[in-house]
Amino acid sequence: MLEVIHLNTFYGKIQALWDINLKINTAEIVALIGANGAGKSTLLKTISGIIHPSSGNILFLGKRIDNLAPHEIVEMGISHVPEGGHPFPEMTVRENLELGAYPYQSWKQKNDTLKEVFQIFPRLQERQNQLARTLSGGEKQMLAMGRGLMSRPKLCLLDEPSYGLAPKTVLELFKVIKTLRDRGITILLVEQNVKRTLETADRAYVIENGRIALEGKSGELLQNEHVKAAYLGG
Amino acid sequence: MSVSDIKTGFSYKKLIVPAVLGLILVLLATLPVYTPSYTVVLMITILMYIILTVSWALFSGPTGYVSLAPSAFFGVGMYTAAILGKELHLAGMVIAGGLFSFVLALIIGAITLRLRGIYFAMFTFGLVVLIQQILLWWEITFTHTRGRFVIPVDNTTIYYIMLAIFVTLTLTVIFIRRSKYGLALQSIGQDEEAAAHSGVNVTLVKVFTFAISALFMGAVGAIVATRWTYIDPYIAFNPTFSFFPVLMSIFGGMGQLYGPYLGAAIFAYLEELLITNFEYYYMLIFGIIMVITIVFLPSGIVGLIQRWRMMKWWKGGLAKDDANT
Amino acid sequence: MPILEGTKVCKNFGGLAAVSEVDFCLNQGEILGLIGPNGAGKTTLFNLISGALVTRAGEIKFKNKTISKMKPFQICRHGIARTFQSVKIFPDMTVLEHLLLSAIFGSAGRIPTREAKREALNLLEFVGLKGLENVPARDLNLVRQKRLEVARALASRPEVLLLDELMAGLNPAEVAEAMELVKKIRDSGITIIMIEHVMKAIMGICDRIIVLHHGEKIAEGTPQEIASSKTVIEVYLGE
Repeated sequence: MLEVIHLNTFYGKIQALWDINLKINTAEIVALIGANGAGKSTLLKTISGIIHPSSGNILFLGKRIDNLAPHEIVEMGISHVPEGGHPFPEMTVRENLELGAYPYQSWKQKNDTLKEVFQIFPRLQERQNQLARTLSGGEKQMLAMGRGLMSRPKLCLLDEPSYGLAPKTVLELFKVIKTLRDRGITILLVEQNVKRTLETADRAYVIENGRIALEGKSGELLQNEHVKAAYLGG
Repeated sequence: MSVSDIKTGFSYKKLIVPAVLGLILVLLATLPVYTPSYTVVLMITILMYIILTVSWALFSGPTGYVSLAPSAFFGVGMYTAAILGKELHLAGMVIAGGLFSFVLALIIGAITLRLRGIYFAMFTFGLVVLIQQILLWWEITFTHTRGRFVIPVDNTTIYYIMLAIFVTLTLTVIFIRRSKYGLALQSIGQDEEAAAHSGVNVTLVKVFTFAISALFMGAVGAIVATRWTYIDPYIAFNPTFSFFPVLMSIFGGMGQLYGPYLGAAIFAYLEELLITNFEYYYMLIFGIIMVITIVFLPSGIVGLIQRWRMMKWWKGGLAKDDANT
Repeated sequence: MPILEGTKVCKNFGGLAAVSEVDFCLNQGEILGLIGPNGAGKTTLFNLISGALVTRAGEIKFKNKTISKMKPFQICRHGIARTFQSVKIFPDMTVLEHLLLSAIFGSAGRIPTREAKREALNLLEFVGLKGLENVPARDLNLVRQKRLEVARALASRPEVLLLDELMAGLNPAEVAEAMELVKKIRDSGITIIMIEHVMKAIMGICDRIIVLHHGEKIAEGTPQEIASSKTVIEVYLGE
């Protein structure tokens, strides 16, 4: 579904990503693991079009997307839930979610999708008329995920969705991610909660200093010595 | 030992800037001696704009609270000159103008500095019009006059008083910038809540700095009144004078201390040039230049200079690399 | 006598009770954990202690002195410092400037600037940011920005430190480092309250834990007691 080929990205004059190669198949959960600052968020932003790569290609369903604007990429079916969520503070929870369905196709199914999202995140339904800025940190995170799902994406890019969430909510979150995969949505997941992530994902890539260091089935990576030492705390 | 001193240590290079500034000061101080009176008058106008701009930038620069009140304080200074000009010695009148503005700013600041962003700007702008209308009403109702005359003063004296205000302002700005209050002001602009939690008495620092900037605006208003000689509420409380400092600061660039100085000086000179040569179109050309500046130089002239420096440094680095290979 | 205590603390936002009759007490030298589901009122409680918000009812006392009505800068100078859930650094100011600000304005006495600089540099080493004095805060990565917030809080010489989700976004190795730092801070004589969702950290270093849910305190006890409490498992921990 998604192919990243020889991707290089810069921040001004500083190179952030070096020769990244990545493949994601339909209805897969692929995890991206690495230390803070290794380049995980940068890679997601490059895929979703917020940053443009300096060289390399990104193919989505066979079409090149590395030269498209972010909104065009959303129209094609990729949804990016950024780190920290960033819901629109002065709009209500409901308005935030509805705005997530902005792309033409999803707008028509807005109400149905909203019902589904409320099923997944009941707390959002409780607070649907509250302004987003009055939500707690974790609730904002949930709202951002809900908003990302409203565009009925084919591929979801999730940047640290468990950030600041209570343990029980994290469990539910990972259940949700599995549910999404079972419904046919493909997921690229960036996380710090390495153990939980590798237990949920099908495959994973380990990124270090802007390069892919390891890749493979998540089961194998859980056993990998380097992964254990560097990311699982021994 | 100032805060910035302990950051970078001491070197002889640091004496170059004060030496150059001292030279400029000497030149300015002796200006009336060796230049025609037209230049003195021009310098008076330029100094007026610089003082208004720099005192505006003193508060609004680091804190990010855009104040549109300069006209109010400027006008208060002018009216002080009109009302007290006969009773007080010239210097006393200027100081009185400054003090009245200072007190007004303390009151206004205490009330409005709780307002954020756009509301603060709107309120301060409203203040100008409010005072203007109150004075108009007062003059019509009680004094039955329209406007007042101000005792005229010769240009050379005006110039020297302006210069004195200018030097005092510059010393104040430098002192504040390099002291712990400068640090506090900056932190308020970057994240006011975090600053409060770091122990900064945010309200006190904001109100006091706002009042200090008003003091200089009032002082310069008092002396400018003696040049204009006739003032009325519309002349003294002209909202345009609230916008000029903002524009000139943006044009000069707020990243460095000298930005507002540069912006005001260039703009004042430009205005003079345009008025004398294109008396009908000067506002239009002025406006076009402003738009071009904002679009292409959002960091102002300071931004341009810093970019030029970065280019030189970068090229210098590359040249060294070439030399080493 | 506890160093910090709250009695029947209440806070409302419109009709919503964010914090509802919460009692808590903090003993000198302990590390108290504050946990609960998202939206339970944990950060609101911090805001009430630090003065960012005013209590609707109830009292908060620090060393037996009522601080409920004080402003943040006063509370900081009295000796309570905090970090923020969304890292609130000063983007254009250097690392050193952050600490100098706090040391000069936030501490109880008047510290001369020269001494403040020396202390600041020591603190930077203490938190692991040595050598980064002149870096603008915006150029630091998340982990370092969080450390900077901690250092800035410590620079005001607090007796009580409130840490709001210090471990969020950190991988397990980074969490372990942060846990060591928190222990070091406690060993230097500072009492700590920490809001956290990273259970490894909470269970690993807290002496006691308070659990909030819908603004109310629903449990209090040692890590073992909390980990085995049915209510807490149902409401917060899951499985």
